[in-house]
Amino acid sequence: MDVRSQIAMVFHLDKCIGCHTCSIACKNIWTDRKGAEYMWWNNVETKPGTGYPNKWEDQSVYKGGWTKSDNELRLKGMDRKSTMANIFHNPHMPVMDDYYEPWTYDYANLFEAPAGDDQPTARPISLVTGEPIDIKTGPNWDDDLGGSPDYARQDVNMHDLTPAEKEAMFQLERMTMFYLPRICNHCLNAACVAACPSGAIYKRGEDGIVLINQNKCRSWRMCVSACPYKKSYYNWNNGKSEKCLLCYPRLETGQAPACMHTCVGRIRYLGVLLYDADRIKEIASCNEKDLVAKQMEIYLDPFDEQVRQAARKNGVAESTLESARKSPVWKFVKEWGIALLLHPEYRTLPNLFYVPPLLPAIADTSTGSYETTCASLWGGIESSRVPMQYMANLFTAGDTEKIREVLKKLMAVRIHRRGVTVGDLHEDECKQAFAETGLTADVADAIFRLTSLPKFGERFVIPAAHREEATELLENTADIKGNTGFGTLNTPQRI
Amino acid sequence: MSDIFLLIALPYTALIVMLVGSVYVYGTQAYKVTSLSTQFLESRDLFFGGLFMHWGIVALFFGHLIAFLFPASVIAWNGNPVRLIILEAAALIFGISFFVGVVILIFRRLRNKRLHRATTDMDIAVFVVLLTQAVTGIWIALTYRWGSAWFASVLTPYIRSLFLMNPVLAAVSAMPLIIKIHISTAFLLIGMIPFSRFMHFLVFPVKYFWRPFQVVMWNRDRKLMRNSTAMTPEVKSRNN
Ligand code: HEM
Ligand code: SF4
Ligand code: SF4
Repeated sequence: MDVRSQIAMVFHLDKCIGCHTCSIACKNIWTDRKGAEYMWWNNVETKPGTGYPNKWEDQSVYKGGWTKSDNELRLKGMDRKSTMANIFHNPHMPVMDDYYEPWTYDYANLFEAPAGDDQPTARPISLVTGEPIDIKTGPNWDDDLGGSPDYARQDVNMHDLTPAEKEAMFQLERMTMFYLPRICNHCLNAACVAACPSGAIYKRGEDGIVLINQNKCRSWRMCVSACPYKKSYYNWNNGKSEKCLLCYPRLETGQAPACMHTCVGRIRYLGVLLYDADRIKEIASCNEKDLVAKQMEIYLDPFDEQVRQAARKNGVAESTLESARKSPVWKFVKEWGIALLLHPEYRTLPNLFYVPPLLPAIADTSTGSYETTCASLWGGIESSRVPMQYMANLFTAGDTEKIREVLKKLMAVRIHRRGVTVGDLHEDECKQAFAETGLTADVADAIFRLTSLPKFGERFVIPAAHREEATELLENTADIKGNTGFGTLNTPQRI
Repeated sequence: MSDIFLLIALPYTALIVMLVGSVYVYGTQAYKVTSLSTQFLESRDLFFGGLFMHWGIVALFFGHLIAFLFPASVIAWNGNPVRLIILEAAALIFGISFFVGVVILIFRRLRNKRLHRATTDMDIAVFVVLLTQAVTGIWIALTYRWGSAWFASVLTPYIRSLFLMNPVLAAVSAMPLIIKIHISTAFLLIGMIPFSRFMHFLVFPVKYFWRPFQVVMWNRDRKLMRNSTAMTPEVKSRNN
């Protein structure tokens, strides 16, 4: 048992209001630079939709992540030899048009245009070429199902849906959607790390954050194609790949990452999970049908004294172990089992969990009124406007039973709370919901509390980084006083 | 005089600049060492241009290297005229591939507006040097036949004498101007390495063939922390 600590996250999709505040917070801090304008380390997609970059989930094109062939786990795109053979030109790399060409507006014209018959306009100007452009697409072009024939209908997750199910998803009366905010998953079996020929990408042992060493990145850009989530981006100006760094300078000083701190819907939770690094390979290469269950197995119980002993022996700080016990992520993921992974079939063992949304049920209009009350206990799930298969393709590698199980738990919490607050439900109904999901009133209340009423400190349980001690081991802190802070030693410049 | 400049002063300057410069740049400004890929801005033409150019130049580089290191074997191989023709034809094909690649890459940069933004003065210098090298190389191959044969008797001694710090120009100064240009542009290219994207082939990632897939970095040496009481006597460090 090789116990390590990982900063993991839960996004509660029922709470996301799709406001994109998270994306803007991230953009303002990290990617408002030349060459990075098009990057959204945090982005929020509308599902169904094609996402960003366009159709990123279509691994038959982008070849991201891992596959299992001949009982071997290999990178889906290129193994070591073909990486070298394709080093001059990466056949699977998305180009700027797969994202969008970033632009600004010619605001000056509004002030400086000579007097005339027409209102002056601010024309869009490309941030790459500096010339006027016709905007064809942009980030969130398909926000809230905009242009759904071109986007939502092209959603990659509709395989295995019956034609009737597919059609029904786009009937005007039934159409629905939800938001899917995404950042880098800081995976345990990261494909970006594995694909980097220079070995510039690494996982930090202490907190599991995956970073790109900008001094070692040589612009071979294999991480961009290897990451199945397309969360490694290429900066066309500096010739360096960049990715979400989980705001590690903020985490190290006890602050939540900017996207999470600003989240308006308060959907985001962050905390420590302990995991067994010895099992990464075994679990990443297990059979497809066991993937979902197995990935949950890698996380270790912080209340288990044996685990804690092993962790201490590995140098995990006592303060980190304490954070692990308080971790909201541990509760959602393991204690309550209501958080799932996005596309576990990519086998990167991601660390960003999602509580799936409870979607609106189909209304019954036969009575002449718009009736969404369900007769049966789980009617809200069974007649959800989004087919279970679609949700399963997103979150459970196609396993509809698993997604139903989680949704039922979420529904049971609602039934219970309805009973408590409104009191108009039959007690039997509540009992039956608990019996079928294995929840109890106490657990349901706890889920409700952490979902709806959490304080800042409950959403983000950030372990002390103890950088001060780490630095002391390496150098005399007095020597480097005044030398900390953000910046690059060399100005980013092309040669 | 010009021979001394082109064939002695320039080569030595270039080699010293390359050696000192690339060690210096790698050591102090590693951030600048990248291949500055432009595939993100334009992919299709790069596929053709990049592949033709790179496979051409890589083959030619090793061809020249072998001719320099093992002149006797090359001459022995050429003993049979069929084999001589095969070798020469192969060299010419790689030369043309290199030339075509460079031309495609130049037109690609000219045509695509996005690429203008990613093109620096140094990039232009790089393409001028590469184009000169390709044109003179093919010219020599066509007008001064059987280079693989005379290379051994003329150029190998000259280059060897350079490395032995005792430059002998006797044979090489009798060569036509075009060959002298080819030689000096080659050294110019070498001298440009530390200042341009040419650094990228010095950092070819050979280690990828054997390094483990996952890379984990620790702030501290975990074993040391576990076992040592040196830094914090009695108390084991509490860091992660
Ligand atoms: C085997 C070693 C080499 C490797 C792995 C390599 C790799 C690369 C890569 C990845 C690029 C970026 C292509 C892109 O835009 O995406 C590139 C560009 C380039 N390389 Fe190399 N290269 C090698 C050797 C060379 C040599 C020997 C030369 C010439 C002396 C050379 C000249 C160039 C030039 C001029 C470009 C710019 C192409 C353009 O953007 O128009 N390379 N190389
Ligand atoms: S999600 Fe992040 S850690 Fe995982 S493969 Fe992509 S870039 Fe790497
Ligand atoms: S800030 Fe929060 S609620 Fe708003 S889009 Fe981002 S994740 Fe959703």
